[in-house]
Amino acid sequence: MKYVDEFRDGERARGLAAALRQEAQPGRHYRLMEFCGGHTHAVFRYGIPDLLPDNIELVHGPGCPVCVLPTGRLDMAMRLVLDHPEVILASYGDMLRVPGSERRSLLQARADGADVRMVYSISDALELARTNPQRQVVFFGIGFETTTPPTALGILEARRSALDNFSVFCNHVLTPAAMQAILNVDPASEESVEIDGFIGPSHVSVVIGSDSYAFCAGQYHKPVVIAGFEPLDVLQSILMLVRQLNEGRAEIENQYTRAVTSQGNAKAQQVVQEVFTLRPTFEWRGLGQIPTSALAISDDYAIFDAEKRFAMRYVPAAGTKGCECPAVLRGAKKPIDCKLFATACSPESPLGSCMVSDEGACAAYFTYGRFREDALQRQSQQRAAVKARRQA
Amino acid sequence: MNQVDKSFQAGRRQTRKLDLEHGRVEMNHGAGGRAMADLIDLLFRQAFDNPLLNQANDQACFEVAAGRMVLTTDSFVISPLFFPGGNIGSLAVHGTVNDLAMGGAQPLYLTAGFILEEGFPLKDLARIVDAMAEAAREAGVLIVTGDTKVVERGKGDGVFINTAGVGRVLDGVTVSGDLAQVGDKVLVSGTIGDHGVAIMSQRKGLQFATALQSDSASLNALVAHMADAAGGGLRVLRDPTRGGLAATLNEIAAQSSVGVRLLESALPVRSEVRGACELLGLDPLNVANEGKLIAIVAADQAQQILAAMQRDPNGTAAAIIGEVIEDPMHLVRMVTAIGGERVIDWLHGEQLPRIC
Ligand code: SF4
Repeated sequence: MKYVDEFRDGERARGLAAALRQEAQPGRHYRLMEFCGGHTHAVFRYGIPDLLPDNIELVHGPGCPVCVLPTGRLDMAMRLVLDHPEVILASYGDMLRVPGSERRSLLQARADGADVRMVYSISDALELARTNPQRQVVFFGIGFETTTPPTALGILEARRSALDNFSVFCNHVLTPAAMQAILNVDPASEESVEIDGFIGPSHVSVVIGSDSYAFCAGQYHKPVVIAGFEPLDVLQSILMLVRQLNEGRAEIENQYTRAVTSQGNAKAQQVVQEVFTLRPTFEWRGLGQIPTSALAISDDYAIFDAEKRFAMRYVPAAGTKGCECPAVLRGAKKPIDCKLFATACSPESPLGSCMVSDEGACAAYFTYGRFREDALQRQSQQRAAVKARRQA
Repeated sequence: MNQVDKSFQAGRRQTRKLDLEHGRVEMNHGAGGRAMADLIDLLFRQAFDNPLLNQANDQACFEVAAGRMVLTTDSFVISPLFFPGGNIGSLAVHGTVNDLAMGGAQPLYLTAGFILEEGFPLKDLARIVDAMAEAAREAGVLIVTGDTKVVERGKGDGVFINTAGVGRVLDGVTVSGDLAQVGDKVLVSGTIGDHGVAIMSQRKGLQFATALQSDSASLNALVAHMADAAGGGLRVLRDPTRGGLAATLNEIAAQSSVGVRLLESALPVRSEVRGACELLGLDPLNVANEGKLIAIVAADQAQQILAAMQRDPNGTAAAIIGEVIEDPMHLVRMVTAIGGERVIDWLHGEQLPRIC
């Protein structure tokens, strides 16, 4: 674990914090989005905001797979287990606690008798299919480019061993498409977020490579710094972004060189290509329909596609009334701007997806940052005032 | 089976003793007859051997000392039953001894109730009972009465154990969860998370290699040393078992209407525990301990109490890890290694399966 300690060293953190205080220009406000929920979690778990000057603001992005899955897709899974008693739904734990329509979660469906099992990986789901040949096992596949290759390998394995009682409910989504959607929001609209630069995902970038973000710098003139998940990684990437912005540069830089290359992992990309195909469009919680932003199982592997096998149908559905997850996921609001935060909504009884997952912004605020409420409230009032002035 | 065999078996039953090598728990071991008497005589009574138990009554009768007594009970339903550094038997003694010790008491007597699943190997049961006996001897406590029930196969998980205990509060000691005061120091008796990680390392589906041993131990001697060293400044004692340090400190903060601030850099955590937690996405602060205590003590006595702890074999890695602060929200927070601050919360949502 020496390896890890090296990236959590207090001395070096203080050095980076001092550099940030010195280099952040007083007249300027830096609004940086950490796309990835893993970074949001790290930011609060290590108390990174305490080391930043007031004019560097971190905006939390949509990079949390459980968070961005729209209610309608969760409802599909719910209908599947309720209508098909022969189905065992195998899902990651977090997904089970997200409230769907009528605020019912898969966990509640399980209590009512539906066969829903928590698994740690798709291999567990394959094992379930092997040991329950008389049942239909459906793996609830969610996630960004990091979890897609394992799902692809699982499907390949199912074909190899002719596991015909196994299928995947595929909800895999793509990071660059979501970044683009955020950048595409009209700056004059209510929805606009005004982001100066991105702290780029670490694990996702290991798979897709840093070149995948070239459009941010090229088309939109926004810098991206790909960062590791350790606190010193995050601090250093913030410093790299501040430097780019100060110098008027917009480049794709890689702080996480110990794992990320420009091209990514070709093998992983290949299996994904083999098994999946692009969906023309997909709905994201908070970001709406985004073209070519998600994957479906390709025709060659259609027999493993649960949507086809069970004729599942997507019906758009609204989230919990009053839940600000959509705005939180766009970076347009902070969790504390939600009236339900820490009143009706808590990790114990979540009303929205952002309070469920460890990577969700609401959960991170609640679990690690509650004492910041006053400071955050001030910051968010300030932001609203600035925006109002600008619009006037 | 033919007639002759049956009668042969029936004949043998009269003199049959316990087959500790190959035997298994049978329904009649809990039925109140001969088999149950054999089990009690040959296994429990031999291991726990003491005059009160040997009276063989349905209850233990003893003199009561002057002063204040404490009484506690705890049930143990763990999986796996055997883990590096102990088993359910040693844990059942340590757990109850520590519950008494955290009340500032020296433990005197324990009871032991067993719920056994039909088919459980007697050899394993003997190992568990021996570990209990040994743990009791080490803690200087007597197991004076007990109970055994057998449930049908599939209706238990091998062995469940309940222990209850009585003890006498040490002179001059008054500890309670609501006595923490702003300015007090928070101490921990050693490295955190060892027990939980040792158990998880054995569990099916989570197996990973670690040389880590559970920290399961009786802490009554440690508490006696601390009480000797403290001039009345011992305010709160608690063992951070299930839910770990985080849950225990949150309980104390709520009970005493205060806040707590920890220093991450002062927390003793073994590198193996840190590594395993990293791998499993856990926080050592939420992981169970079975041989550690948290003490909240008056600031001016913290150093002398710490020194006394470090002289005890169960407190060599003791450390001052934080202080009690004023906080209307009664939060537990921590200054992180990099110098930021965050809340230390209870664990939310589904916890991992039972680990203590
Ligand atoms: S606090 Fe709860 S209700 Fe509000 S936005 Fe977050 S998840 Fe939704």
